[in-house]
Amino acid sequence: MIAILDYGLGNLGSISNMLKVIGEKSKITSDKNIIKTADGIILPGVGAFDAGMSRLDETGLTEIIKAEAQDGVPILGICLGMQLLGRCSEEGSLSGLSLIPFECKRFRFNDNALKIPHMGWDTVDFKKQHPILQGLAGQQRYYFVHSYHAVCDESADVLMTCDYGYEFAAAVVKDNVIGMQFHPEKSHDFGLAIFSNFVKICREYGNRGGGM
Amino acid sequence: MFTRPRIIPTLLIDDRDLIKTVQFGKRTYLGDPVNAVKIFNRKGIDELSVLDIGATKNDREPDYELLKDIASEAFMPLSCGGGIRTLDQIHELLAIGYEKVVINTALVKNPGLITKAAERYGSQSVVASIDAKKCMGDYKCFVTDGTEESKWSPTELAKEAERLGVGEIIINFIDNDGMMKGYDIALVKQVADVVSVPVVAIGGAGGIKDLKKVLQEGHAHAASGGSMFVYYGRLKAVLITAPSEKELKEAGIYKS
Repeated sequence: MIAILDYGLGNLGSISNMLKVIGEKSKITSDKNIIKTADGIILPGVGAFDAGMSRLDETGLTEIIKAEAQDGVPILGICLGMQLLGRCSEEGSLSGLSLIPFECKRFRFNDNALKIPHMGWDTVDFKKQHPILQGLAGQQRYYFVHSYHAVCDESADVLMTCDYGYEFAAAVVKDNVIGMQFHPEKSHDFGLAIFSNFVKICREYGNRGGGM
Repeated sequence: MFTRPRIIPTLLIDDRDLIKTVQFGKRTYLGDPVNAVKIFNRKGIDELSVLDIGATKNDREPDYELLKDIASEAFMPLSCGGGIRTLDQIHELLAIGYEKVVINTALVKNPGLITKAAERYGSQSVVASIDAKKCMGDYKCFVTDGTEESKWSPTELAKEAERLGVGEIIINFIDNDGMMKGYDIALVKQVADVVSVPVVAIGGAGGIKDLKKVLQEGHAHAASGGSMFVYYGRLKAVLITAPSEKELKEAGIYKS
């Protein structure tokens, strides 16, 4: 079972629909006891950084996520959920979860022809091998909608890049924590492949005795 | 690589029926919206917009049940509009699977809603829809499904929408709705050139060449349409359809 964290922000329905297609059970929840039994955690999110972070704090999820990350539970942050995995963001003043060392910065261009937010389908480059990318052949494209993007301290934490005016981190990873700026749940078969791999990662973790 | 332009079918619903209008007037019943969405999902379309055109006029809430059924079939970006007046409604729509809400009447009548929604859910979740019509040679903006004239011109309303915090603007030309004879390029360009947020053109698309023209000459960021995605052939047989990836690449709309 995968826990989709509910803190009042984000597209929970689409993610649980996609997991259903894959055949994985999921629960949309903010209940600590349920989250503790999950084989994996998805942190969705749409909206502003501080709004997201303060909702995580208010619901007590901040501590739970940090503890679960420490225990090695696979965690996938999506869109704002990815941004919250970092240290901070130019969009707000609150501290993030600090699970991956990065900061979020707003897109800045010399070229005024580029609109902000970066909205639409875009292609990515894979920067390293990782089980979440297993079997993904050919050019992958995903749906993006964001005005801020991660800037990693260590280039080794960058999983995918995308080019919009300049190259930026489209996905990040550190140990068991993965973040994706785009919306796999809105990216047709391209996104389905990502979720299938995440489910595999979670099941392996569960089979090893995690999430009990 | 640069983002490819989005091609967006817009589905109109009223009282759970999928319909298509001509110039916001004459209606044709097309069938079941959920079924249409299933087909669009299989076709791998870029994005889908669902507008309930009867909600505001009939003082109805968004039809959450139907919208939820639609969202559960669609693994692509979704926006929905029609009858949205409160933050609670926006919250519910975002929670059931829509990334963007489309606001038309409230943009003029309750602009504070736009700002509050953008603050809470981010600009990218809030789309302004501008319905324009030509009156005595000038473009004028209309609300309540095109039945009520406002004081705004499309460029002024677009700038106001951006100031209020929307992340995207849909510009619709009522006179061309359902005509399938091409967009009003001048109108789209006027609007696209005065704002820095993405602009989606709708109203008049009859085929791929119209999409290409509005993206290139109209400076639109995305091209949307109704009729060309639900009709086939000269006699307008009802057929849910969308240009293929290959056709759009050959037309030069998608870069290969």
